[in-house]
Amino acid sequence: MKRKIIDKIMQFLIYTSGVLVCFVLLIILGYIVLKGISSLSLDFFIRLPKPVGEVGGGMVNAIVGSFILVLLSTLWSVPIGVLSGVYLAESSSSAKPSNFSSVLRFLLDVLSGVPSIVIGIFAYSLIVLPMKKFSAIAGSFALGIIMLPTITRTAEEMIKMVPRSIKEASLALGINYWKTVFFVILNTAKPGILTGILIAVARIFGETAPLLFTAFGNRFWHRSLFEPIAALPLQIFAYAISPYDDWHKQAWAGALILILIVYIIIFMSRKILLKYR
Amino acid sequence: MGNKNFADKLFFSVTKVAAFISFALIVLLFIMLIKESGLSFSKFGLRFFITKVWDPVVEQYGALSFIYGSVISSLLALLISVPISLGIALFLSEFASKKLKEFLSIIMSLLAGIPSVIYGLWGIFVLAPILRNYIEPFLQKIFGFLIFFQGEPYGLDMLAAGIILSIMITPTISSISKDVFESVPRNLREAGLALGATKWEMIKIAVLKTAKQGVIGAIILGLGRAIGETMAVTMVIGNVHEISLSLFHPSATLASVIANEFAEATTDLYVSALFKIGLTLFFVTVILNIFAKFLIYSTTKKYKV
Amino acid sequence: MKKIKKYIVATILSSIFTQQIFSQKVVLINGAGATFPYPLYSKWFYEYAKIDKTVNFNYQSIGSGGGIRQIIAKTVDFGATDGIMTQEQEKLAGEEILHIPMTAGAVVLAYNIPNFNQQLNLTAEIISGIYLGKITKWNDVKIKKENPDIDLPDKKIVVARRSDGSGTTYIFTDYLCEISKEWKTKVGKGTSVNWPVGLGGKGNEGVAGIIKNTPYSIGYVEISYAIQNKLFYAKVKNKSGKYINPSVESITAAIESKAKNMPKDFKVSLVDPEGENAYPISGFTWILVYKKQKDKVVAEKLIQFLKWAVTDGQKYCADLIYAPLSENLRKMVLDAINQIEY
Repeated sequence: MKRKIIDKIMQFLIYTSGVLVCFVLLIILGYIVLKGISSLSLDFFIRLPKPVGEVGGGMVNAIVGSFILVLLSTLWSVPIGVLSGVYLAESSSSAKPSNFSSVLRFLLDVLSGVPSIVIGIFAYSLIVLPMKKFSAIAGSFALGIIMLPTITRTAEEMIKMVPRSIKEASLALGINYWKTVFFVILNTAKPGILTGILIAVARIFGETAPLLFTAFGNRFWHRSLFEPIAALPLQIFAYAISPYDDWHKQAWAGALILILIVYIIIFMSRKILLKYR
Repeated sequence: MGNKNFADKLFFSVTKVAAFISFALIVLLFIMLIKESGLSFSKFGLRFFITKVWDPVVEQYGALSFIYGSVISSLLALLISVPISLGIALFLSEFASKKLKEFLSIIMSLLAGIPSVIYGLWGIFVLAPILRNYIEPFLQKIFGFLIFFQGEPYGLDMLAAGIILSIMITPTISSISKDVFESVPRNLREAGLALGATKWEMIKIAVLKTAKQGVIGAIILGLGRAIGETMAVTMVIGNVHEISLSLFHPSATLASVIANEFAEATTDLYVSALFKIGLTLFFVTVILNIFAKFLIYSTTKKYKV
Repeated sequence: MKKIKKYIVATILSSIFTQQIFSQKVVLINGAGATFPYPLYSKWFYEYAKIDKTVNFNYQSIGSGGGIRQIIAKTVDFGATDGIMTQEQEKLAGEEILHIPMTAGAVVLAYNIPNFNQQLNLTAEIISGIYLGKITKWNDVKIKKENPDIDLPDKKIVVARRSDGSGTTYIFTDYLCEISKEWKTKVGKGTSVNWPVGLGGKGNEGVAGIIKNTPYSIGYVEISYAIQNKLFYAKVKNKSGKYINPSVESITAAIESKAKNMPKDFKVSLVDPEGENAYPISGFTWILVYKKQKDKVVAEKLIQFLKWAVTDGQKYCADLIYAPLSENLRKMVLDAINQIEY
């Protein structure tokens, strides 16, 4: 009898934890949606920030800035990441796997665990100090590093999942090795790699810590990539810790937009994954 | 033919260069952290980690209070998150139907997708007032005799940081634990049930025991996440350089002190001390991650054919 | 369809890289530093953008410590601080940096006591007592003695202060050092100090935020943050024994009393002045610029702006409770701005 009761209690607790997590998500998202929608206005999407303490203005520069930062980070880290992935996959399929590739694999694992704030101070010393300028470049350098492990490892895994027969068939047809990799193997692995890239993008879109000392924020339009640039998460942070009611409202609106963007990207990645599985 | 070989070689070199760039960046990161923290090492050595004075006026720096803040806030997060995460993982692996599984996995990815700064925003405006006005006075009323629940409830304190972190690491711990549980072979479960065990007893004997190592790995991975988390914690922890046993007392963590003070550290030694904290974070999270992955890998691989 | 897509992508990419997305030939001048004058500065930059459409000033209020650090690291075109740079810091910069005073403001003790809307009287002893952790309750006898007609609650005082390097902190700790021996020996003054007590907020914004959101709290903030956020703030007893409300007049009185003979480098402290009507916790706030500018365009625009700010721009001061510079002082400052070389 006692065993039965314990069994029932434990089962109940297990079910409860499942319900609890849904509930937590609901109250967090609920707040963001309610507060966000009530604070949204057209101005938010089309205006620059107003002076401190004055009501009004928007975050258009931060929204655009975030997209530019993410685009720039993707531009450098995707080619490097995917090619590194090709290298890792190819070297592991060759007769004598090099020490270098196992070291790299280990280091990428290490990198994926490094807190983003540490990447931020690294980018500050490596890019901001020598260039003597906070800039979009420095920000996207930091964000790209964060993307690198995810992209490289998914590229490697996805390439390895491509059946050997496809590769062999292509080579047997007399197609160059590099063309085989580029057009046959990468093409087959594309959906998987794309999913990996999207997951990485979804993550860096909301990253704030590495931008604090690199992109730095800007209350106007940036004029070039070699200048400080506004970013949505940075602006939310600055407004959240401020004492102004109107800025709090804008922070909620910003949070809603940010989370929508992130969710759309996650949704896209799932869609691709399901479609090609 | 020579041409073809040349193109192949070139392509392989290009991938090699890319791989080398990845390699170089990571090594550079490491070297930079060591180089920049050199000044602080030569001045304070390892004493840095056991002194708690952090005084920019007299240029004395010690990280003990931040280490304490990081450790306690993360442990607190584990304390809250582990039972719930394991519950979710068990629910997913042992109870849920396929549809429910799909649904919960979406919930989890939504929770994991919320950016840190938004957790912070929510923490400041929703969690902190609730803690200050209801939960903390309530805890104080019942457990007020314990040192952990003494002092004025601020709302922006260790407890707030612990709670926010616990929400943030739940998706990590539960999804990995779920994978570990699912790697436990069917026949172990069936054997348990056949012996007349209740479902919970079966879970305890067959699943939890077998998967113990992997679960510990998942928890350590969650710990690594919690220690490295920056923005949300910075926003709710109150930023006080002090060691206090009370959970109602504001505190600071290794990551939050960098976020707060890096841009405005005025002297080389100050900057160097902050880099040293960065290096510490680097090492701690790396070791935790490697250890965790080793544990998870060794359990999930054990039963794979 | 595909062609259109490609075309759109190409346009976006090219516009990003040709660096001229949104308008042409606008100079962006980057500055960082003090949060103390941020309400005024951002008003200035906003108004100035209407006067000179070819320049934008991007100012990030990361704290005076940050302003000093970034001007030393040469990552910004100008810095801003309310605490003067130490000799050591000037040496680190490796070149001459000018302190240009822009305005003066007051640091006020703002508080949040629920259902309480009177102005408290505070003394040097009470303020140092609270920040040393010696006075911990609102109904402490020392506070009661100065406020006999006010019913104060039996609640713990939640002390708020800065977590970042700050000129507001510099002014405040400068004051505490002046009036309390214990503070001077135990804590000292600086842009960041080892605080005995208190919740840390980032920037004046952060401290004002804590006060606003936390019942029974007190904190020191620049006055316009208190006013914009409708926080109550205290009168403070000055050297001549009078309780002084922080205001443009009482800050100006402090300037008259302490900066009568303004030194050429403008590095003067305004705390604890003799003047009968002077508010005791106020200070100048400076913009930091390199004496030898590297970029001609930036230098010209910066000089034009600085000249505008210390003349026409001064009319925005009083509204935000900053004390405008006197006629005399303006002349001196203009002379200093003319020393900038490029």
